[in-house]
Amino acid sequence: MTLVVVTVMPKKGVLDPQGQAVQGALSHMGFAGVSDVRVGKRIELEIAGHDPAGQATKMCEDLLANQLIEDFHVEVPG
Amino acid sequence: MSATRVAVLRFPGTLDHESAARAVEGVGAEPVFTHHEDTALPQGTHAVVIPGGFSYGDHLRPGALASRTPIMAAVTGHAKDGGKVLGICNGFQILCESGLLPGVLRPNASLSFICRQADLEVADSGTPWTGGRLAGEVLSIPFKHHDGAWFGTPGEARVVLRYKGGNPNGSIDKIAGISNLGGNVMGLMPHPEEAQDPLLGSTDGRVLFAALIA
Repeated sequence: MTLVVVTVMPKKGVLDPQGQAVQGALSHMGFAGVSDVRVGKRIELEIAGHDPAGQATKMCEDLLANQLIEDFHVEVPG
Repeated sequence: MSATRVAVLRFPGTLDHESAARAVEGVGAEPVFTHHEDTALPQGTHAVVIPGGFSYGDHLRPGALASRTPIMAAVTGHAKDGGKVLGICNGFQILCESGLLPGVLRPNASLSFICRQADLEVADSGTPWTGGRLAGEVLSIPFKHHDGAWFGTPGEARVVLRYKGGNPNGSIDKIAGISNLGGNVMGLMPHPEEAQDPLLGSTDGRVLFAALIA
């Protein structure tokens, strides 16, 4: 088994209302100087077999990310 | 002669199938509930309705998991053969996620769940879905959603319905409903199955169901 970590983030330039809401809350709480917040997802996959990173990339393309609005990043932590 | 068959899909978390089936009956057709794990549509299916709800709990993205089920492969084949498909609310999200309609439905700009009656303006009168109403005519149909902001390239679709007045959810070009360029696949966030009876204030939703069997 290999642990593969997929990060899915809203594309830059696509409105992220969740990030904006969190930024607003941080500002109200007194955390100054936060100029941008974007909220995404971290997906951890335990994958067997050959080329786990390649398999995860295919999973991102087919299901885990919607590339109209999201970017993904595949990482195999060493 | 037996009534025209219309498949009404059910996924785990589908909510509005009973209302959709009643609306199908209202136009003289026979609704047939169809399970998400079925690999084929019921024999003799003329058209398909994908009702609203929260299929698979909206996990990952609304409609994402439902769009990858066996029945959606059958719906895709039906649509490619020119068969009619109507997706309502979560059904619209499923159609976008499956690639049968362009774009994607994003969370409302307000991040609030919005539930109210809406005036929808006919934008493209040339599709079957608005029953010959002219561009600019208004249909009164309620909507109820959290993820209703359509995002995409309007030129890749036919814009059938727009919200009249203000933009309730941050949808591109105030889009409430689109069809594919061929006109046989229609998706909208408002709920025409809840605008069927004068007791509920509007019967304007009937034209969309009548289009299924036209």
